[in-house]
Amino acid sequence: MTARRLHAAPERVAVTIDGAPAMLPAGESLATALLCEGHVLLRRSPRDGTPRGAFCFMGACQECAILVDGVVRQACLTPVTAGMAIALRGAP
Amino acid sequence: MTAPLAFDVIVLGAGPAGATCAATAAEAGRRVAVIDEQPRAGGQVWRAPMGGFPGKGDADQAAGDALRQRLAASPATGLLGHRVWSVVRTESGYRVDTLGPDGPTALEAPSLVVATGAHERVVPFPGWTTPGVIGLAAATVLLKSHGVVPGRRLVVAGCGPLLAVVAAGLVKAGAEVAAIVDIAPRSAWLSRLPAILGQPRLATRGLSWAFAVAKAGVPTLSGHGVRRVEGGEAISRVVIGPVDADGAPVEGPEQVIEADSLIVGHGLTTASEVTRLLRAEHRFDRLRGGWIPVVDGAFQTSLPGLHAIGDGAGIRGQAMASLAGEALGWHLAGRTAEAAATRARMAAATPFSDAMAGLMAQRPAQVRAIAPETVVCRCEDVTRAEIDAAVDAGATQIDQLKHFTRCGMGPCQGRSCADTVQELMAARLGTSREAVGQWTGRPPLRPVPLGEVIGAFSYVDIPIPTPAPL
Repeated sequence: MTARRLHAAPERVAVTIDGAPAMLPAGESLATALLCEGHVLLRRSPRDGTPRGAFCFMGACQECAILVDGVVRQACLTPVTAGMAIALRGAP
Repeated sequence: MTAPLAFDVIVLGAGPAGATCAATAAEAGRRVAVIDEQPRAGGQVWRAPMGGFPGKGDADQAAGDALRQRLAASPATGLLGHRVWSVVRTESGYRVDTLGPDGPTALEAPSLVVATGAHERVVPFPGWTTPGVIGLAAATVLLKSHGVVPGRRLVVAGCGPLLAVVAAGLVKAGAEVAAIVDIAPRSAWLSRLPAILGQPRLATRGLSWAFAVAKAGVPTLSGHGVRRVEGGEAISRVVIGPVDADGAPVEGPEQVIEADSLIVGHGLTTASEVTRLLRAEHRFDRLRGGWIPVVDGAFQTSLPGLHAIGDGAGIRGQAMASLAGEALGWHLAGRTAEAAATRARMAAATPFSDAMAGLMAQRPAQVRAIAPETVVCRCEDVTRAEIDAAVDAGATQIDQLKHFTRCGMGPCQGRSCADTVQELMAARLGTSREAVGQWTGRPPLRPVPLGEVIGAFSYVDIPIPTPAPL
């Protein structure tokens, strides 16, 4: 899935994704920013370990719950801020 | 710990229903707080642009901007970006606990308005949990609010008005739409045309969507549904096949479509967690999206001071939600003449609203045709076969099914699967949805980090009961 922005992305800020440095647009929804960077796979389901990505983008389904600075956050409700340490749970 | 903030009215949800209600009541002199999970008012239908996207500048954005400006100019207190995790009845009304960007907040009021809207219904099929499969409503968020096309080559599937909205939105954004896959035969739209034409403004918009899609030459397959999605770590193919008018698969050739994004949805279901949590009386209304709180002429539920409006009180769409918000706002301010006049306008909009709700309603035959190996509860990976096995092992009521299988016990608390699971149970048992019932509402309404909910406190503030005499 290669998502595409219809506008010029806002100024990017430095974050880390699974420890690797990355630049994401400040203020954009983290779920959307990750999607546009090609991170479709966000986590694995706890029981069967099947791959999962953001699904509802509005805070209901909990599929985009990843670790931000060590706390489980719904990426779709979390705006990108500078210095975020993002951990995709179980994704390669 | 600080005492809860006191208001006359607390409104949950700042969409068309909630924000209109809050502004109307506040402008008329009531002390009102309005709370929403999203950082800006407007709900999903009028979602504000964010993250540097200027917005599409369309009619929805203009309407949303007007509502946001009205709310901001009103004396209502807005708690936006606040997640409500607890709602309880108190001696004098209701207490609401939220978790916002700056920590926890508690509020109290004698009147509580639940305007929590709808969730999208996606009827499961094999592969629907694959990354790259998203909801139609999700795609409207990405297109309207974030300015993002979610893939390079997309399939749009499902049914109802959102299907047309998303397809047209993608085409207008210059996206490559490989196919539009519509469950409904063409006749389903035509049969509702008289009701739709009763609302010329909205009918025109529907025709412009259809025109945009036709002009782009996108293949539209009416009477078809998604059979399965293929691809491991991300979607690579969508397999579709013919379905009957109720969405159940019928004999016929399958088609394989290469795609890196599937956008799919099958209507809306009510978000009734709060009224369920408070044990208000509900009834099952398939046309209106499932279980809805029973309300009287003043939108009051079976509990005093608890009101429900908008799609969460039965799917009726934005126009009806806005009117209900205004009518209840007047009512809560004691302005009965204005409330009655607004209610009369709701009656006029009912035929159109019913026609649209019919397109959004669950199709039982589609649910009953779900293949056994399909995951139904996404959170806990519970399949159709496991649900059937639990019923065969003796589960007769939806809470029993939860105990048997963990279905509905995950972090989404059944928001994604409840409507489907209840229908599957009713089908297996040969009984009604009423007999199967709905999951008992429990706090927290949303997963919240415990440390943040507790907030800053001093140990001396913890009340210690007097020890019992020895």
